[in-house]
Amino acid sequence: MTTRAVGEQRTRTRPARRAALGAGLLGALAVLALFVVLSVCVGSVSLSPSVLLDVLAHYDPTNGDHLIIGTMRVPRTVVGLVAGAALGLSGAVMQGLARNPLADPGILGVNAGASLTMVLGISAFGVTAFSGYVWFGFAGAAAAGLLVHRIGSFGRDGATPVKLALAGAATSAALGSLTTAILLTDTEAFDEFRFWQVGSLANRELAVVAQALPFLAVGAAAALVCGRLLNILSLGGDVARSLGVNLAVAQGIAALAVVALCGAATAIAGPIAFVGLAVPHAARVLTGPDHRWILPYSMVLAPALLLAADVLGRVVAPPGEVQVGVVTAVVGAPVLVSLVRRRKVAAV
Amino acid sequence: MTAVLDERNAVRRVASVRRRGIRRGRTVGLVLAALASGLVLLELSLGSVTLPPDDVLAALFGTATPQAEYIVGEVRAPRALTGALAGAAFGLSGAIFQGLVRNPLASPDIIGITMGASAAAVVAIVVFGATGAPVSVSAFCGALGTATLIYVLAWRRGMSGYRLVLVGIAVAAVLSSVVSYLMTRAQVRDAQQALVWLTGSLTARTWTDVAPLAVAVVVLVPPAVLLASGLRPLQFGDDAATGLGVRVERHRLGLIVVAVALAAAATAAAGPVAFVAFVSAPIARALVNGNGPALVPAAFTGAVVLVGSDLVAQHVLELVGIVALPVGVVTGVLGAPYLLWLMSTTNRTGRA
Repeated sequence: MTTRAVGEQRTRTRPARRAALGAGLLGALAVLALFVVLSVCVGSVSLSPSVLLDVLAHYDPTNGDHLIIGTMRVPRTVVGLVAGAALGLSGAVMQGLARNPLADPGILGVNAGASLTMVLGISAFGVTAFSGYVWFGFAGAAAAGLLVHRIGSFGRDGATPVKLALAGAATSAALGSLTTAILLTDTEAFDEFRFWQVGSLANRELAVVAQALPFLAVGAAAALVCGRLLNILSLGGDVARSLGVNLAVAQGIAALAVVALCGAATAIAGPIAFVGLAVPHAARVLTGPDHRWILPYSMVLAPALLLAADVLGRVVAPPGEVQVGVVTAVVGAPVLVSLVRRRKVAAV
Repeated sequence: MTAVLDERNAVRRVASVRRRGIRRGRTVGLVLAALASGLVLLELSLGSVTLPPDDVLAALFGTATPQAEYIVGEVRAPRALTGALAGAAFGLSGAIFQGLVRNPLASPDIIGITMGASAAAVVAIVVFGATGAPVSVSAFCGALGTATLIYVLAWRRGMSGYRLVLVGIAVAAVLSSVVSYLMTRAQVRDAQQALVWLTGSLTARTWTDVAPLAVAVVVLVPPAVLLASGLRPLQFGDDAATGLGVRVERHRLGLIVVAVALAAAATAAAGPVAFVAFVSAPIARALVNGNGPALVPAAFTGAVVLVGSDLVAQHVLELVGIVALPVGVVTGVLGAPYLLWLMSTTNRTGRA
């Protein structure tokens, strides 16, 4: 009797929970839409949302306000949306794959690898258009990610969060001094690089987004189908294998998603730390441990956070603006510190 | 009867192994010290005007020509001494941190302490247009302030190595984004000057750079070596150390203060030279071939690494047609293969 009662309760609560999570996702989308509107309207020239409606109805290139929205705010917002979604997804997959709560492209040295190859691209191969960066960003991100994982897995107990974080920091330092060596001898490359390095959504070309879009699409698709796999992988390698999962294939798909998303986001917006770290944790608080929900939530919440940080950076220090990478670092570091202070990190 | 004899033999054997280990440590220390002095002499003699060794020695004892005395005494000696002392301080600091955290990847340059110095120095250079001594002072204060912040944030009913490391990395990330932000604010020339400082450089050092560093090293090395005797039990974990009669918290705090101050003084004088603190202790430990922290050999190794890298940066790169680079580029590039080596060897031995 009791088992039947439990069974009935389960059948009752499961759809209810699913409905609640679905409604939550819609709510997150609404929040994202709000920040999209804010991102288009707020800045050194503030515009009312009615102007945005005007632009949507009939775009008039001779109108100054319309021009600001069309040539600056909309591209910027699109970059934020795309990069944010990619960072959130890749962070969630990375954390699930490594079973490591500290996985983040900034912490794991992926950004440093992308930086080095980008500088090589700018300096040695004379890449000046942003569109050329993407490939270099990919190569560097993938190579650095693999390297850090190998270094961090040394020793008997494998890749613990601390070892991975240290390996990431050490690799970043090594790659960083190679980057510096190039920048010191090439003032022009340095002048271009420093504006990419800080991590910003401003002055990025939509052509780059267009070029990165196929990678983002493949990466996002791979990430979203990973949900079930990550759930199984989170039970540990042995259990996953006994459930009939081909570990190498599963990890390969997840790693492909991470590299495609991370590399593309970094190439588009520059190294942005902590979004990929903080958002999946927030999503996990909302959804519980099911990756099938964590992934879409991360994908929606991360661009909301990125756009919010970008808007904050625009208004916090007028007349100039603080780049989004700086804002996310300042906002995100306390998240990492509080995670570390909750003892659980060592165990996960 | 035989049991007692066996026991005596065993004790004798252990004692002889220990004595051999201590002797080996001393020999390695002496060899490294000789090597460091040799490299310093080489640095004094090489340059646009190459002086033979006897001229260098004559200049040191004040019996050379005024020109040679000026070159050695005012131009090259401050540079070489800054390199040797900063290298030693970095090496010692790294050895202490790696011993405390029990991880070969932990060192002041990785866990954010030198990043604090960098951020403060870049603020001084870019915002206040400072050069020379004020930059060093603000770097020193930045390192100490950052270390305090990391320690406070990582403290939670006690201290643990992994919290120290991860909080350090978080703080370093914020500081590095502040540095990036300031770099976009500055004129490209100022930013590039800041970049040279951020790389770590020994060019144009004067006696005013050497003096505070020398004082710091003289003051800090004795407590470091004294406190380090407690480092050995700490390596077995807090409980074991407490059982062995070490006052763990106080001891650890003392070691951290000394290590941070050493790193801060070295960074103030030479900039955040990458990887010297990171690689010196493992190299020293491999040479001594023991399990202890090998602090004094680590200090000499640091001096050898930094002065040797400076020689490479100044003289060897020219031979292959590259302009002279700041020393930090050379040490940084040395760090990368070291990481790969660490990866391959530790994977094989299975030691963490």
